[in-house]
Amino acid sequence: MTRRATITGVGVVSPGGIGRDAYWDLLSAGRTATRQISLFDASGFRSRIAAECDFDPFARGLSSQEVRRMDRAAQFAVVAAREAIGDSGIELTASDPSRVGVSIGSAVGCTMGLENEYAVLSDGGRDWLVDHRYRVPHLYDYMAPSTIAVEVAWQAGAEGPVALISTGCTSGLDAIGHGVQLIEEGTADVVLAGAADAPLSPITSACFDAIKATSPNNGDPEHASRPFDGRRDGFVLGEGAAVVVIEEARAARERGADPYAEVLGFAGRSNAFHMTGLKPDGREMAEAIRTAMGRARLDPSDIDYINAHGSGTKQNDRHETAAFKASLGQAAYETPVSSIKSMIGHSLGAIGSLEVVACVLALRHQVVPPTANLSVADPECDLDYVPNTARESRIRHVLSVGSGFGGFQSAIILGQPRPERAAARSAA
Amino acid sequence: MSATGIREERTRAVVTGIGVVAPTGVGTHQHWESVLAGKSGLGRITRFDPSGYPVQVAGEVPGYDAARQVPGRLVPQSDRFTHFAITAAAAALADASVDPSALPEYEMAVVTASSSGGTEFGQHEMERLYQKGPSWVGAYQSIAWFYAASTGQLSIRHGMRGPCGVLCCEQAGGLDALGQAWRLLRSGSRLALVGGTDASLCPYGLVAQMATGCLAAGDDPARAYLPFTTAAHGFVPGEGGALMIVESAESARQRGVGSYGELLGYAAGLDPRPDSGRPRVLAAVIRRALRDAGLTSDQVDVVFADAAGVREQDEAEAQAIADVFGPGGVPVTAPKTLTGRLYAGGAALDTATALLALNHGIVPHTAGPDRLAASCEIDLVMGWPRHIRPRTALVLARGRGGFTSALVVARGASSTSSKSEPLVKGLPA
Repeated sequence: MTRRATITGVGVVSPGGIGRDAYWDLLSAGRTATRQISLFDASGFRSRIAAECDFDPFARGLSSQEVRRMDRAAQFAVVAAREAIGDSGIELTASDPSRVGVSIGSAVGCTMGLENEYAVLSDGGRDWLVDHRYRVPHLYDYMAPSTIAVEVAWQAGAEGPVALISTGCTSGLDAIGHGVQLIEEGTADVVLAGAADAPLSPITSACFDAIKATSPNNGDPEHASRPFDGRRDGFVLGEGAAVVVIEEARAARERGADPYAEVLGFAGRSNAFHMTGLKPDGREMAEAIRTAMGRARLDPSDIDYINAHGSGTKQNDRHETAAFKASLGQAAYETPVSSIKSMIGHSLGAIGSLEVVACVLALRHQVVPPTANLSVADPECDLDYVPNTARESRIRHVLSVGSGFGGFQSAIILGQPRPERAAARSAA
Repeated sequence: MSATGIREERTRAVVTGIGVVAPTGVGTHQHWESVLAGKSGLGRITRFDPSGYPVQVAGEVPGYDAARQVPGRLVPQSDRFTHFAITAAAAALADASVDPSALPEYEMAVVTASSSGGTEFGQHEMERLYQKGPSWVGAYQSIAWFYAASTGQLSIRHGMRGPCGVLCCEQAGGLDALGQAWRLLRSGSRLALVGGTDASLCPYGLVAQMATGCLAAGDDPARAYLPFTTAAHGFVPGEGGALMIVESAESARQRGVGSYGELLGYAAGLDPRPDSGRPRVLAAVIRRALRDAGLTSDQVDVVFADAAGVREQDEAEAQAIADVFGPGGVPVTAPKTLTGRLYAGGAALDTATALLALNHGIVPHTAGPDRLAASCEIDLVMGWPRHIRPRTALVLARGRGGFTSALVVARGASSTSSKSEPLVKGLPA
């Protein structure tokens, strides 16, 4: 019997909106959540803008102990996981804990906590032999990003396979792909999958400054994230989390779930070219897309919306546009493509899962979210990027792609949940 | 049709190459010789002056010179944990006679476990940031510090363009990386470069590890890491790990290469919250791994234990092993007392050691412990190796937070020949 994976619940912590409804309001309105950095003093940095979450962990139901124990990224993940579980309606206490898994992505883990404690232990970087006497009880839990997955597992009472997936900026897509694998191979019946990152701290900002990957458009933060626009000058760093509940399709139907979507295809490839550089031809991303389409048994014309990586760097948007043309052919010109990073920035590993949730909500609402801040054409970016205004559209299948440091390229295809014909036959 | 390409039928996965960088030595040969001789790689920390710290013993990779082991520009571009991965990967590829340029590029995967990323590199860059300012942070911080650094560099270096993965499951991650590689073989990859390395022996890395309260204090290498004994008082941190080539049996056959052994079964789980009142999962995970392998407990010839060195965790592990195999029902060993715990590299190295043990017909001993705690009812192999010709081994790994993984490996089975030449010659039988 073929096991299939459906998404039955979603939870979101995003810049500009916490919770799935606020998130969709933001995306469908085309509002941007990018602004001056307030989480730390960014004067002295090349890029001083970011998409920050207005996040009060206590207002979101975390206890003092949880707030003390968890880095901001783990807090995001837990809040998103709770929402997703509630949204799915699943009674996890009724599930066999060994059949519940967790697959959470994160590119940089708990670096905010790690960095804050470093500054204390090293006396502001003065002491290479950092002082061990300032006992920081959770310091190691910040050094090991796996903490985030453990915290999510504790929310769900999961005792099955649990992993933190960290493939840089494709972590969010890869973690969901991994969750789907666990369902399909039969290791788990329910998986909480998603990703979280909270990279808005000096060290992470500084390392993107150093390679000029982030936008220096500090005077106009609301319009600084400009994927596919001729004036684009780098990405705007973001933060956030998204978690989805993935269930085996037949079990979900039998408990009366109302799935948002089925995961139809997933594939990852690597460019083996450069840790940060991309060849203009988009060859390996195209291969990932072709493989995912093959697994989904879909043709290019079946794809009704492409959620782009669309980071807003010169090289990415060109690379990606070429990949869409190479993999979809003529259909690339006829399919709406948009980048929600134009609104919520680039939250590294988290963004892939935030984008999957955007796709899930697009399927449900039959609306394509726009690419904000897109007004100046770039001859190398000549597809339909849905500028500035959301578009009602018939959406059967969506493709979302990601591209990350290390050369990783991932593609996922989601579709409307299918009726369980085979299952219904065997039940009858 | 599977969305992730997983085929219905199982894929037989064999290990055709091993590369080791460990406190017991650089290279499989040196490592195995040290293991059989019980030659410890533990000693006083030399990478910095540990005088001010309560923990002064660690397992450092001896005589490792990145400038000689790693291509020039990659030395300043990557952390020590990635240097180790580059060295181990090259050795594993050579050992397996893999020429990546001769194989389909999208069918070669890279999967590594990472526990804490480029810790030492990160400390240096944070030092510059806080002492001098943001513009002093180097361009390579963005590619050296993050957990995916090794996987990315290995993919690039060897032109492996298939699916790549990075699993962070603390000290269990090495087994989970192997489990993931096996999944990828089941979904269209023919070969995976897989394993884990770690190198967090810098002041900030050590102090962070000390925060767990699980490291052994003191300065005597011989008394520092004594799992399953009443003298157990924590573990010794180490650096290094292992990379392996795992490929489908069909691919190995086509290439005409032998194997060290086969992956027979794998399972993973997470302990419940400590305050939940629910039992830990290790015994259940072992049973699931045996079921996955199609073996009964009496068909397992040796267990490579996690051996936390923390009394309460040792007892829990001994209890789980006794639950499944009966008290003293199976030989148990932990050669990791020679290396310390290598985090992401630990379970990968344990698997490599287990495969060498199967291939040589010898169960290496656990150097250090000489008397078990009464609460640990296991047959710990102590004193000297046992020449019992094991055919199957169970490797266990646990990580902070409750990560629990089990992998069953078997000596080269019927349709794949084992490595025809013993790797170590002239050893006493």
